[in-house]
Amino acid sequence: MNNFTPISSLVGGIIIGFSVVIFFYTTGRLAGISGIFANTILNKKNRISNLLFLIGLVIGPLFYFNISKVQINFEITNSIILISIAGFLVGLGTRMSGGCTSGHGICGISRFSIRSVIATITFIISGVVTVFILQNFGLHL
Amino acid sequence: MNDKIISLVCGIIFGIGLVISGMTNPAKVISFLSITHNWDASLIFVMGGAIIVTAPMFYLLRNNENSLLGNEFNFPKKTEISFKLVFGSILFGAGWGLIGLCPGPSISSIAVFNPLTLFFLLSMTLGILLNKYL
Repeated sequence: MNNFTPISSLVGGIIIGFSVVIFFYTTGRLAGISGIFANTILNKKNRISNLLFLIGLVIGPLFYFNISKVQINFEITNSIILISIAGFLVGLGTRMSGGCTSGHGICGISRFSIRSVIATITFIISGVVTVFILQNFGLHL
Repeated sequence: MNDKIISLVCGIIFGIGLVISGMTNPAKVISFLSITHNWDASLIFVMGGAIIVTAPMFYLLRNNENSLLGNEFNFPKKTEISFKLVFGSILFGAGWGLIGLCPGPSISSIAVFNPLTLFFLLSMTLGILLNKYL
């Protein structure tokens, strides 16, 4: 494990947890990002506040970068085809299952929702299998 | 109005958490999913750290009806383990594993001004629309 960062990941997770807590306690809504993103597009109700949450997601890292001066690493494939397929699967899949890493993985598991536990285990296994296939059999798109 | 300010602030806090956790880097997410090759378990600490904070709150609020701003608490009521739940999660996991982006980090990564993320956000929107009209 070369790049293992347990401390900063734990601290980041706790900060994410506080965002979920403040958002739910005040607005009554769950901070599942795929849901907030989809509702911003599809749902008139709370559209502006959902959009503001998404804008906050962008401002947060910019703010952090300006204060800490730490470079944000962003390493991604340069295949536009692969990125587009991935985005499509993420959009379709999260809306079919009703949540993503935040909605099922954080909000759902912490409510002990069986649906979310099953969803989280399923998408992690699916992700592991996908990475395994890519690494071992290659897929050059 | 309060609702909008709180949404913006919570988004900012969430985004700061994501970037500190390292999850805004797709390569780091891929190394979590890469269990047979240089596995990086950090993502478990992100989820664990968040759940340590959120689980007690959900437990304490489980019998409350209204939030601070007077809205009803939106506790999901579905309990059915449906085909859509499992199949959707398989599709999501496949897309996540292909390049290492899930919805939160894909939006936060607008902050690094990489034009490639726009292709992700556009195709994610298409996937959402397809599900809506399927």
